[in-house]
Amino acid sequence: MSKQINVALIGNPNTGKTSVFNALTGLNQKVGNYPGITVEKKEGVCKLPRGVKAHIIDLPGTYSLNASSIDENVVIELLLNKNDKDYPDVAVLISDVENLKRNLLLFTQIKDLKIPTILVINMADRMNRKGISLNIPVLEQKLNTSIALISTRKNEGIQRLKDLINNYKELSLEPCLDTSTIDVDYFERLKKAFPNQDLFKLWLVITHDVNFGKMTRQELDFSEFKTKSHSDLKRLQQKETIKRYQFINEVLKEGQTVDVSKATGYRERLDIILTHKVWGYVIFFVILLTIFQAIYDWASVPMDFIDASFASLSDWVKVTFSPGVFTDLLAEGIIAGIGGIVIFIPQIAFLFLFISVLEESGYMSRVVFLMDRIMRRFGLSGKSVVPLISGTACAIPAIMATRNIENWKERLITILVTPFTTCSARLPVYLIIIALVIPEGRFLGLSYQALTLMLLYLIGFGMAVFSAYILDKILKTKSKSFFIIEMPSYKIPLFKNVAITVIEKTKTFIFEAGKIILAISIILWVLASYGPGKQFNNAETIISAEYQNLNKIDLEDKIAAHKLEYSYIGIIGKTIEPAIKPLGYDWKIGIALITSFAAREVFIGTLATIYSVGSSDVEQEETIKQKMAAEVYPNGNKIFTLASGISLLLFYAFAMQCMSTLAIVKRETNSWKWPLIQLFVMTFIAYVVALIAFQLLK
Amino acid sequence: MSFTIADLKKGERGIITDISSDAIPLKLLEMGCLPGNVVELIQVAPFSDPMYLDINGSHLAIRKETAELILIEKTLDE
Repeated sequence: MSKQINVALIGNPNTGKTSVFNALTGLNQKVGNYPGITVEKKEGVCKLPRGVKAHIIDLPGTYSLNASSIDENVVIELLLNKNDKDYPDVAVLISDVENLKRNLLLFTQIKDLKIPTILVINMADRMNRKGISLNIPVLEQKLNTSIALISTRKNEGIQRLKDLINNYKELSLEPCLDTSTIDVDYFERLKKAFPNQDLFKLWLVITHDVNFGKMTRQELDFSEFKTKSHSDLKRLQQKETIKRYQFINEVLKEGQTVDVSKATGYRERLDIILTHKVWGYVIFFVILLTIFQAIYDWASVPMDFIDASFASLSDWVKVTFSPGVFTDLLAEGIIAGIGGIVIFIPQIAFLFLFISVLEESGYMSRVVFLMDRIMRRFGLSGKSVVPLISGTACAIPAIMATRNIENWKERLITILVTPFTTCSARLPVYLIIIALVIPEGRFLGLSYQALTLMLLYLIGFGMAVFSAYILDKILKTKSKSFFIIEMPSYKIPLFKNVAITVIEKTKTFIFEAGKIILAISIILWVLASYGPGKQFNNAETIISAEYQNLNKIDLEDKIAAHKLEYSYIGIIGKTIEPAIKPLGYDWKIGIALITSFAAREVFIGTLATIYSVGSSDVEQEETIKQKMAAEVYPNGNKIFTLASGISLLLFYAFAMQCMSTLAIVKRETNSWKWPLIQLFVMTFIAYVVALIAFQLLK
Repeated sequence: MSFTIADLKKGERGIITDISSDAIPLKLLEMGCLPGNVVELIQVAPFSDPMYLDINGSHLAIRKETAELILIEKTLDE
């Protein structure tokens, strides 16, 4: 059996921790979730000489062991729990050469836990530019550890780091600081009460705001030990922090020299423009337009290709295999279902390409800085901007992009309101209904139809912001809210990091949301392909008898329409008809509404089948439109009028009709509660608004 | 009359004198916001909120409400 070393990568955010992780593990990594919480867990394997394997965990970025978020809590919980299977044999603390002083604070804390700790000083390539020089032997001696000076950008120093990991047993376990000096009496009493425990560990448990895992709670019972008031403890923590900085300053006085005159930086120059009160917003707006354009327009090329490929694959299956239930299921259920998942890949990949470039370059912090004040009024954060904008393409990648919001409440609100923004799947529905019911004509040179479309986008945004405002008032949350963002220096993004992010996010979407989408697609297919009773089973005979003069293709279309009418889903459509009648819809639209819950764009395909236009090809749009325009109630009144059209538009604007989004919300919030709330509340709002609109306009 | 970080104008510096308010998050102290350290206001968003600061070499942005809690002594140079 080969030997395995557990390695934990720990470090402040923006220190290039992920780059080091990628350099050590390559694509040999997997991303999961910590059980019960939505914190991302990244693990990987790195092969070391002599058959030793290093199991590497990339822990969430944190500035210290005093956790203030669930992400940071993961770090301290692991480091305090020796029984955890991931408990590190060796900790690798990643620091950034420009912020060494601040990064060392965390280092001293980890070292005080008596875990062997290697110090990595990353971004060594920036040292000269910043006028920094380091005396590594002095630093190693003062900090009592081994240091690897590395540059992931230039791929230097990784081998040294691997060697240090392999020889972790040689590292000193001497702590940096004696914490008990901050309040000698208090620590004396602690020591008496818990003679077998490590004092620093006790101190961490006491001062910790968040609840700890079972292990620590069982082992330590503070009920009998009279502890200090919250604000006294905080003062002690301040004292501890000051002491740690004193230690660090002394270390750096000898180990580091900074020649400010040699420092050159484009940070200042870039910041003058990028965070400018006017130009900052202009530049951000241009970047947004580019992203929007990419997701909306450029992604459509591969998406059309995927669409066409799956359609022909489905046809090929139907032609090649002998007809039967299995072939139909494969062609119309499974392949169509998988196609419905794969088609989102271009949009997701594009969005994460942009987001990860913006993150890596350090620009995202500037956006947060610019937008925070405006977004805060609505209970959102500066960081909600990106998801809300991406939502106009597709809510799925947008919701995945909310991961960057640390504050759970602000993140949850962003997740909940993002589906109100007008995603690209609504567009085909809007276009066909607008063309059908909105009269041609111009107002101030703009066509009514274009104005209606723009209005629908504005309504989507408005609703998102308005409901955020309401949610902010309603939601109670435990997480403390304060706002500190680091403004990292600008960097040119590393291709490897960007590529890995795009691949990982896309994979997550396909496998996590994909399962659910596929399952629902199959269910919908079954409901639409089977029905009880003679009308469904004898559709062919009935229709053939009724229309004897039709050619083969038209006849088949009629049969398909008849079958759908008497299929289970058709029956459901008729059942809900009384409920949707006040909105101006008949049972055929009802079926389309139901199938739209798989994905909104299915609306047109379903209507095409019901009105037996033939294949649900988009080229047939004209025909669908004509058929829709000609649809009448038995009494001769038109079904698609201005009133029912507007009602339908508003219903699509507000209703939660996208199981992919629900699946991803379930994944991101780790519970069915929030997606179900979205489903019911949004659909309720849609129903009420559509009802009012129809009743007023009819 | 004592000053806080919120009183700084763009490009001005001060030395942090007091951080005893309980409402100051510990995280801010850990990022270098400690008495004796120099703070410089680099940039402000509209309505002076948030404020982009350089504290002891750490570049960070905080909301105005937090900046108002951190007492400073303005340095007279420049």
